[in-house]
Amino acid sequence: MGYLFISPWLIGFLVFTLAPFVTSIWLSFNRWNIVTAPVWVGAANYRALVANDALFWKSLFITLKYAAVAVPMGVVAGVLLALLLNCNVRGIAVYRTVLFLPSIVPAVASSVVFVWILNPQIGLVNALLKRLGIIGPAWLADTKWAFSSLVLMSLWGVGGSMVIYLAGLKDIPVYLYEAAIVDGAGPFVRMRKITLPMLTPVIFFNLVMGVIGAFQYFTQAFIMTNGGPEESTTFYALYLFNRAWRYMDMGYASAMAWILFLIVVVITALLFRTQRKWVHYGG
Amino acid sequence: MSKRRRHLFRQALIQATLIILSVFFMLPLVWMVVTALKPIDETMTSPPVWFPSKLLWHNFTEAFAYNSKDLGYIPFLVYGKNTLFVTILAVIGSVVSNSLVAYSFARIRWRGRELLFGITLATMMVPGPVLMVPMYALFRDFGWIGTFRPLWVPTFFGSAFNIFLLRQFLRTIPMELSEAATLDGASEWRTFIDVIVPLARPALVVIAVFTFLWAWNDFMGPLLYLTDQQTFTLSMGLQFFQSQHTGTPWNLLMAASLIVVAPVIIVFFFAQKTFIQGIATTGMKG
Repeated sequence: MGYLFISPWLIGFLVFTLAPFVTSIWLSFNRWNIVTAPVWVGAANYRALVANDALFWKSLFITLKYAAVAVPMGVVAGVLLALLLNCNVRGIAVYRTVLFLPSIVPAVASSVVFVWILNPQIGLVNALLKRLGIIGPAWLADTKWAFSSLVLMSLWGVGGSMVIYLAGLKDIPVYLYEAAIVDGAGPFVRMRKITLPMLTPVIFFNLVMGVIGAFQYFTQAFIMTNGGPEESTTFYALYLFNRAWRYMDMGYASAMAWILFLIVVVITALLFRTQRKWVHYGG
Repeated sequence: MSKRRRHLFRQALIQATLIILSVFFMLPLVWMVVTALKPIDETMTSPPVWFPSKLLWHNFTEAFAYNSKDLGYIPFLVYGKNTLFVTILAVIGSVVSNSLVAYSFARIRWRGRELLFGITLATMMVPGPVLMVPMYALFRDFGWIGTFRPLWVPTFFGSAFNIFLLRQFLRTIPMELSEAATLDGASEWRTFIDVIVPLARPALVVIAVFTFLWAWNDFMGPLLYLTDQQTFTLSMGLQFFQSQHTGTPWNLLMAASLIVVAPVIIVFFFAQKTFIQGIATTGMKG
């Protein structure tokens, strides 16, 4: 009976996960334009990627930079907002809704809106900056600013992880704080010795998900900058997509996908290794 | 007294910070609404116009059936119908398949269960791009390219994330309930339908809302599999609309964006409580 209930997933796993997963290894050793039959080329795709493809390295670097900048910034912002929302002030439910809402706005819609408000000439952001006497940059059209624009925009959607931190805060037993107050611990000591350590499992979870997410960052870059200007926002997933669907280079794209998979596995494993040093699983 | 004053000061400080933050977070959405209701010339002024001289509600009807010289007819109403079709099927598929599978993982004993569950969790680590090319080839062999099927059929076969979420919930229901049902002569199927499903309703709502959001917001899927402009979903239509670079009618584009965003916000307000709890539990159990 158990097998009968599980059968949808068993089929789904075999057909929609395992088979494509294995096929993609094999494809990464082929040259394939999706129309004619694949041609076995051995490790040529991997060799070309590593030795001859500057854009591959650039896109990898951009993606790693995003993981190293936007993900930690998201963690800090998410925790700070959760701490604020954990305070008992009037109207807190409204604030929680307002700060959370942007995170469920469809990526295409938020991308289009940010293209609009970041418009160099008639966008809202530069208009407001002008009020303050600042001449705003060209944002998405400026090589120096396009990447930062996307990082800043990602903070707008921090509400998703914020709710998780908030739930983590609500889960911290009150008696810990009571005991600390009895022992004469001030608010800063309580923050450093109780709140932050108790949040570390949630922070760790969001960190891992954030890094995996960074390597799949696609829609915003595709819509807002299409990788430009001067390839300054060519994220790994975007370059992979272009390789596959613009140049019809399916084998090459599969090799890229496999390198991506290995990098994600390695980074996740490394993060798990550091876990013992800073993540507290209280029980 | 001074302690009370300090408390009040602190409250005021927190309120002020939250208000400023809220303004920043709402600004893009507010600006979207303001722009959507403006005449085109008022979108291009500097300094910007905050209160349109007249509210043009017909911007929405125009966006619904936008006719451009370069792009031709962009039927947002049709896109809305397409999106709704895919989303409803995806929600049904996801709720049905994931509840069956999670039930099996959580409440039936069988050989290899733990192993398969471990594999299921591991699949969450596989990034989408790894499966992208072979999936496309697979759906092409099925003859499904250009149809909605690649977007909803897979939801009828479960997804690791939802299975995990539901299994955690189903494990919290006492086993005694199932045992009592079995003693009363109920089959596994009857126990599932009559005892467990009613109890699992809150978790099923979370799955439904998650799937709704995922299907409604999906961009990569439609981008890969939909070929005919008449079959586009809202996300695709919006991107198509936006990709016309010269002389973008920003008021109409914002009206179109609002059409894409509004249903998400409406669903959110209806399911707010369950929804935020659902997100919170995923984070905690991970």
